[in-house]
Amino acid sequence: MIIVNQSKQNPSDIQSSEITSKTVFDNRRQFIKLAAGSGLLAGAGLLSLKAKAANISGGVTSGDARLVGRANAPAQPIAALKKGEIYNPRQKIAGVKKSAYGKGLEIDTYKNITTYNNYYEFGTDKSDPAVQARTFQPQPWSISIEGEVKKAKTISLEDLMKLTTLKERIYRMRCVEGWSMVIPWVGLPLASLVKWAEPTGNAKYIEFVTANDRENMPGVNSPILDWPYTEALRMDEAMNPLALIAVGLYGELLPNQNGAPARLVVPWKYGFKGGKSIVNIRFVEKMPRTTWMKAGPSEYGFYANVNPNVDHPRWSQSTERPIGGGLFGGRIRTKMFNGYESEVGQLYAGMDLKKNF
Amino acid sequence: MNKNLIIVVKSIIWLLALIPVVRLFWLEFTNDLGANPVEFIEHSTGTWALVFLLVSLSMTPIRLLTGQVWQIQVRRLLGLWMFFYACLHIITYVWLDFNFLFDEMVKDVLEHPRILVGFAAFVLTIPLAVTSNNVMMRKLKTKWKTLHKTVYLIAILAVVHFLLLVKKDLTEPFYYTAVLLLLFGIRIYFKYKTNVISVTNKK
Repeated sequence: MIIVNQSKQNPSDIQSSEITSKTVFDNRRQFIKLAAGSGLLAGAGLLSLKAKAANISGGVTSGDARLVGRANAPAQPIAALKKGEIYNPRQKIAGVKKSAYGKGLEIDTYKNITTYNNYYEFGTDKSDPAVQARTFQPQPWSISIEGEVKKAKTISLEDLMKLTTLKERIYRMRCVEGWSMVIPWVGLPLASLVKWAEPTGNAKYIEFVTANDRENMPGVNSPILDWPYTEALRMDEAMNPLALIAVGLYGELLPNQNGAPARLVVPWKYGFKGGKSIVNIRFVEKMPRTTWMKAGPSEYGFYANVNPNVDHPRWSQSTERPIGGGLFGGRIRTKMFNGYESEVGQLYAGMDLKKNF
Repeated sequence: MNKNLIIVVKSIIWLLALIPVVRLFWLEFTNDLGANPVEFIEHSTGTWALVFLLVSLSMTPIRLLTGQVWQIQVRRLLGLWMFFYACLHIITYVWLDFNFLFDEMVKDVLEHPRILVGFAAFVLTIPLAVTSNNVMMRKLKTKWKTLHKTVYLIAILAVVHFLLLVKKDLTEPFYYTAVLLLLFGIRIYFKYKTNVISVTNKK
């Protein structure tokens, strides 16, 4: 990504050059199809931002998001593990760009964020993961990219963190169970990873497969859910600047119980959409059935957008309890798309959200 | 069992029954109720109400199994502790959880089977608590026994309320369900047995 101007930030701290509008995205799709037909495909960094203008005008570019990203990103946000070292979640991440996003929100404490977790692989009680995840090893780590991509490939955690400048993103997280938190994530826009992955024109959805470590994840030995846990997004959702691959919180690496070393964060959707400890990303043509869709098709839909007007059979969705308010903190009214309507509302224009819950 | 022993047993029940609520105050005092203290209290008071319900329901099966009768004398006390924790559970819901947002609570009760079932269980408990004293017992005569049979329905509703809460891992509510089924099983077994005996005696 080319960092144009660091001082002028829009609320989501995304450089205008990074934003791929729906039209541009669709146009590019069209072009990809055309290009494939006319043999232009080879060598084109089709989804890379650098290629944007060239693509639309029909040219081929040598732009490579990876190299461009490297040139601007800090040399080494974290060091690779030395022999005998283990992953240290209290390690500071270097070169994180602060953002204006989430200003005015009261950030939850590190303790609350790291002791109140829904991560069924480490137990179904929210206090379980902080204890049970201790033996899990999130480094060395790599994510494999498969499916509708130019070429299947793998990216290490260290390289992932160098794809683009890491950013701090203070997001609200709304759980389907009716509570919410404000979390200062550190991560990279999912869009940057998608561009690096170079999906083909057939890629309509992106599926995230998460760790299924029988030895260190006690939960996966019982059939509570259909392991491994998977989640998925529509491509335009994935390209939305808000969608984040988080690699840290509070300026440090992710604790195991929060989904170390890399997890998805989609702040306008219920928390369960954010798959943790991602091992595999698949670009697919058909809408994947996610873990929670399989577990309760009438309760959990593909979109799972935060929506106070669409109720859940178990929990009220019109209000939520902000964590950190203590005994008498009370509830607040839940906002459409968790308050991110202006950023993501257009993705669902014309859709019946009661049907597509 | 003599009177003094009953007093000792009742005192022990009082002391034990106070522990969960004292613990909650202590945990709040030391700031150890966790990230979501309201949920913690809601789950804790609900669980203890269910525990006291099951313990009070196990008095008859124990009598049937052991032939002793003293348990019946502490059954009312156990039932009232169940009512105490059920009240704390409801107060937590109305005050701490929903902060008296009545429109939201009405919606919650009507739209979510889990809440509806729990709410029904609580409402059914009120007449039992009100008629638990000796005066009402004498006044209602045979109707009292019929009325207090509602406790079986309350127990079923309470367990269903718990089962519906859980997203996927049913282990914990399953234990309570198993205990309830066991208690029902013992009663049914003895009822069947006595029926058989009375039938054979008639012959």
